[in-house]
Amino acid sequence: MEPKVWRSIGLFDEEYEKIKELMGREPNLLEVGIFAVMWSEHCSYKTSKPILKKFPTQGPQVLQGPGENAGIVDIGDDLAVVFKMESHNHPSAIEPYQGAATGVGGILRDVFTMGARPVAILDALRFGPLDEGNNKYLLNGVVAGISGYGNSIGIPTVGGDVYFHKSYSGNPLVNAMAVGILEHRHIAKGVASGVGNPVMAVGARTGRDGIHGATFASVELSEESESQRSAVQVGDPFMEKLLMEACLELIRADIIVGIQDMGAAGLTSSSSEMASRGGSGLEMDLSLVLRRETGMTPYEIMLSESQERMLVVPKAGKEKEVEEVFTRWGLEASVIGKVTDDGMLRLLEDGKMVAEIPVQALTDEAPVYNRPSKEPAYYQELKSQKLDEIKLKDSVENVLLSLLENPTIASKEWIYRQYDHQVGTDTAVIPGGDAAIVRVRGTNKGIAMTTDCNSRYVYLDPYIGGALAVVEAAQNVACVGAKPLAITDCLNFGNPEKPEIFWQFEQACAGVAEACRVLDTPVIGGNVSLYNETPGRAVNPTPMIGMVGLIDDLNNVLGNSFKSEGEEIYLLGELNGELAGSEYLARWEDLEAGELPELNLQAVRERINLLLELNSAGHVLSAHDVTEGGLAVALAEMTVDTGAILNIDTDNDLKTLFGERLGRIIITVTQENRTRVESLAKAAGVPIHHLGKSGGSNLQISLNGSQCLDIPVITYRRVFERTIGDKME
Amino acid sequence: MKIGIVRFPGSNCEVDCFEAWKVMGEKPEMIWHQETSVQGYDLIVLPGGFSYGDYLRTGAIARFSPIMEDVIRFAENGGLVWGICNGFQILTECGLLPGALLRNRDLHFICGPQYLRVEHDNLPFTNQYKKGDIIQIPVNHGEGNYTIDDKGLNELKANNQIVFRYVTAKGEVNDTGSPNGSRDNIAGIVNKEGNILGMMPHPERVVEEIIGGTDGQGMFLSILKHWERRMKHGA
Repeated sequence: MEPKVWRSIGLFDEEYEKIKELMGREPNLLEVGIFAVMWSEHCSYKTSKPILKKFPTQGPQVLQGPGENAGIVDIGDDLAVVFKMESHNHPSAIEPYQGAATGVGGILRDVFTMGARPVAILDALRFGPLDEGNNKYLLNGVVAGISGYGNSIGIPTVGGDVYFHKSYSGNPLVNAMAVGILEHRHIAKGVASGVGNPVMAVGARTGRDGIHGATFASVELSEESESQRSAVQVGDPFMEKLLMEACLELIRADIIVGIQDMGAAGLTSSSSEMASRGGSGLEMDLSLVLRRETGMTPYEIMLSESQERMLVVPKAGKEKEVEEVFTRWGLEASVIGKVTDDGMLRLLEDGKMVAEIPVQALTDEAPVYNRPSKEPAYYQELKSQKLDEIKLKDSVENVLLSLLENPTIASKEWIYRQYDHQVGTDTAVIPGGDAAIVRVRGTNKGIAMTTDCNSRYVYLDPYIGGALAVVEAAQNVACVGAKPLAITDCLNFGNPEKPEIFWQFEQACAGVAEACRVLDTPVIGGNVSLYNETPGRAVNPTPMIGMVGLIDDLNNVLGNSFKSEGEEIYLLGELNGELAGSEYLARWEDLEAGELPELNLQAVRERINLLLELNSAGHVLSAHDVTEGGLAVALAEMTVDTGAILNIDTDNDLKTLFGERLGRIIITVTQENRTRVESLAKAAGVPIHHLGKSGGSNLQISLNGSQCLDIPVITYRRVFERTIGDKME
Repeated sequence: MKIGIVRFPGSNCEVDCFEAWKVMGEKPEMIWHQETSVQGYDLIVLPGGFSYGDYLRTGAIARFSPIMEDVIRFAENGGLVWGICNGFQILTECGLLPGALLRNRDLHFICGPQYLRVEHDNLPFTNQYKKGDIIQIPVNHGEGNYTIDDKGLNELKANNQIVFRYVTAKGEVNDTGSPNGSRDNIAGIVNKEGNILGMMPHPERVVEEIIGGTDGQGMFLSILKHWERRMKHGA
């Protein structure tokens, strides 16, 4: 075989040598193609595996950790939550509508494959600035794609987050998370076992779309990427809705051994992963696979990433029943092979063998690389930049308005208004809250969920920034009154073959791991997306965190705005933030630099616990965390129905109003609870500052007794609410 | 009251309607689209969603579903039919209600709270409201832009068939109040006889405080009240 053949599908020369060795012969083209996708970064995690091993994945709440289609956590009452987040960055860069739509479709399949009915979708999106390049087109297409798919299938899109930063220009991040609920007894697995059990392909027919999508996702984007449009899949939410209903019915009927989504690398990965988990082999005749076009070769059938397909291993003799379920939903199901005991993935075409590969060679024997890692030159340079001399550049009012009209901070209503966030009639906290909450039917419990990552922090200090992504997620979950349970992650980085990128990856993951340990939120699954680079630069390192929490009593749900006049406003945590990595610094000094505040995870944990304790006791009226833009922005965000009057004593106006430091939460309490709340905070060792009271129709702030801001709420709410819509329309 | 909710492939608010009726103390039933009879039902609900994927045109394929033939017969004989969102689109497609629903004014799908003004309170669906009431019922659609020709509009007005209009919080009928550009801000209409209602907003989404409000309860209560009266008078 010519080297250009394997190189063109993403295999390194030494990998080809290893394949020959494992096979004991020269592989044919089909076999090389199968190895190429199974050993792609997307499927094999060959670069990330050594790092991912360091994540804490255990805990009493964990029913299923990483390794399955999605992780599962227990929520009591014999119920469990299934969730996972996955990237669809590369396809979305080329074809935003379909890229995003199929991202949603894929992650939903991962969840209902486990036996859970999906109850929510979240989307973590990152784009370049809206006034640059084709970013507006990308945002428009991605949002329409999520809306088009999620709304049709009837699962509410309840949350997510959106940031804009120049590093994402041309390489947007589209990370979709799905959350489902199931009874313990309905948990299904992606396993093929039981010699002689049939193997069935169900759902949509196989076409030529998405061939080598997984390989495509494992290289940098370039000028030629546009020509790889055929590597982008096309979604059909109606088909998926039927597939979902049929699969859930199938799983509840207890007639199957295993089931798996044909996602990335389609039939290839689903068959080999199911066989690998079952310690078995599989034999499939590809001429039995139903196709939507004629003349497809075995190569195309194995590597197609046509959407809305599943691989099912029913119990022997139950094929007819499986078929009946699918027919009822207007879908097709066909037997394409059987489970064997010889550990081989054997492929036939009309009875003639066309490929034979040991399953373990595709999965366990996939190469693992311990990539060299090197601290990038920028790290110390940016960290050592002194910011102490920087003074507030303009009036507090002008600065506040400038930050509120920054699309990263501004209201995302233009986006979430396009998502059906209420279907299912269980959404108790809709988008715009610190985290979303979906009611668990038949109970008084709710599932809180959020996605977070400030990648500027991660860029400046990957370890601290990685940890802070988890911190932000945890404080968001706590701010709606829920206890953080576990996370899924979507690790978006540049090309790991570059030592400086690999260093970011290693450091950020270590930070995520440490925060998860301290905050007791194990990692139960996730996804790695590397090679997020356009010519000239990588995206900011973005370890997206999707967190799920539990609120035992929906009556205790907290909102993030002042509800009435006279609420006493407190800040839990330090009064001052820092300028390092802040929106103020980026906007007013055109600088992204500085040393992030020291990480104190234990303190964060104490504050979250205090908030939850105060809320359970009924002492909290509202809560909101202080993030991008600092305290002044957080206060502006809380004033919707009523204004506020704040009196703050400070030694540094800039750091108090616009400095950033995660781990700080604003709460409001009634006047009669003031003493009680203050003493409970003191007892817990949590710093607490009284800032003022809600009321009036203006936001008024005085520092050390002199007023620095007095602005009608309506003035800045309009700026806050309209920025993105105005830019887009 | 025997309530049937038709489930088309691609429906996605059928369970929400089901649950809403349960909240109101009723025991609704699901009717699979391939069934052929709605005999014995007192109310047929055509729920929201994307029946048959809404391919071709919203609601265009659902009207050919086996169950629809009998739903049409049922409606023409005076049976209560309530089409919500996609259900409204299906009702216009099969000619039980006049007009059509086009893509929203700004071409985006739109989901969110919406103020409505009750225009007609003497109907099986609205007798618990008062004409002029401003209620908040969420909308959720890509194609809710109601259109009808001048003649049709005049007929709707003359026969008092307009049931809900989109309005601002203050009750003004204008462009700001309309989420989708509907003609005359129309959000819901009935047939001349008043037994078939089609509306874009989703009252089933606002029957509990925890999920955003209870303004939708009035419709469910109206239907129950209407039924109660009918039973009492042996009609």
